[in-house]
Amino acid sequence: MPEQERDDARELQGLHETLVERAAARGLLDVTYRVVDSPVGALLVVGGERGVLRVAFEVQDHEAVLDDVARRVSPRILQGGARLDPVLRELDEYFAGARHRFDVPVDLRLATGFRRDVVAALPDVPYGRTATYAQVAAATGRPRAVRAVGTACARNPVPLLLPCHRVVRSDGTPGQYAGGAPAKRVLLDLEAPRG
Amino acid sequence: MREPFEGVVRAHGRTVLAVCRALLRDDGAQDAWSETFLSALVAWPALPEDANVEAWLVTIARRKALDELRRRGRHAVPTDLDDGDVHVAARGHASGSVEVPGDRDLDLWAALTGLSDRQRQVVVLHHVGGMPYADVAQVVGGSAVAARRAGADGVAALRRVLGTHGRAVPSGMPRTHDERTEVDGA
Repeated sequence: MPEQERDDARELQGLHETLVERAAARGLLDVTYRVVDSPVGALLVVGGERGVLRVAFEVQDHEAVLDDVARRVSPRILQGGARLDPVLRELDEYFAGARHRFDVPVDLRLATGFRRDVVAALPDVPYGRTATYAQVAAATGRPRAVRAVGTACARNPVPLLLPCHRVVRSDGTPGQYAGGAPAKRVLLDLEAPRG
Repeated sequence: MREPFEGVVRAHGRTVLAVCRALLRDDGAQDAWSETFLSALVAWPALPEDANVEAWLVTIARRKALDELRRRGRHAVPTDLDDGDVHVAARGHASGSVEVPGDRDLDLWAALTGLSDRQRQVVVLHHVGGMPYADVAQVVGGSAVAARRAGADGVAALRRVLGTHGRAVPSGMPRTHDERTEVDGA
């Protein structure tokens, strides 16, 4: 009975929304996520109670990323809810060229040690500019750790918000990117000064 | 369990809704659905990895629905049940013993008491809960084939008791989707 199934699907959708609201009201919603379209493909945005935990590109396998967050942060994960509205708004503004830095809180618990120091330093590279892996290594006090900086950027839990796409190779070519080399090009072009 | 809870809601939301609707109606069923998943969300990280999640959820849903019926038993009394309705009435069950109400509209529930424990479990989990026989077998033990047979025997027994199609149902015969409609409407 397809009509009945459609009605059920609608009812279940409504029930799901109510569940997310009630879970949040009772402090049970450890993690929420949303998937949004962007110029660099579908983005998974994951938020904890203290800030954005994870941003992932489609090529990174959203299901696998959520499984990882479930194991490392909490399996009390539901899709939807209002918690991520501010970061999604800021991402929209960023892709429209109207925002040059992000103000929403970021929770860096998925990055540890030196990798965490590296990604935390990324907002020091200004919008529209780039830094080389070697420069970032020097800025974080370990000038010989160029490869480690590359790894840290590749494992950046919150790309875009912490702009690892602004870190490029010494010869000026963009280099690797977690979202794929074409996505890095799109972002650098987006930020390139016009006129 | 360490998997995201969202997958649980997606995989079992419909089954839990069927259980809640079978026991309650309208907003009551929706509230029981919410309360079921909220309770499950609390317990989720502590649930063993080898637990049968659907059986666990059906158990919680049943308990939530019965809690609601007990609550109603202490307060309002529903009087608008239709003939043939399988919804459980709280009438006369303020004591809290509402699992098998004896209301005149509830012949099906009364008839369920006449089944063996195993037949009743299989009929409720499969036909009310919408659980596949393979999963029912995991809950009640034995093989999926044995569960299917117990379900068919149970339904045949119900038909005899309820006086519809009684002669037409050979026991043990595998049944399809339309059976559920007939039982619900019996």
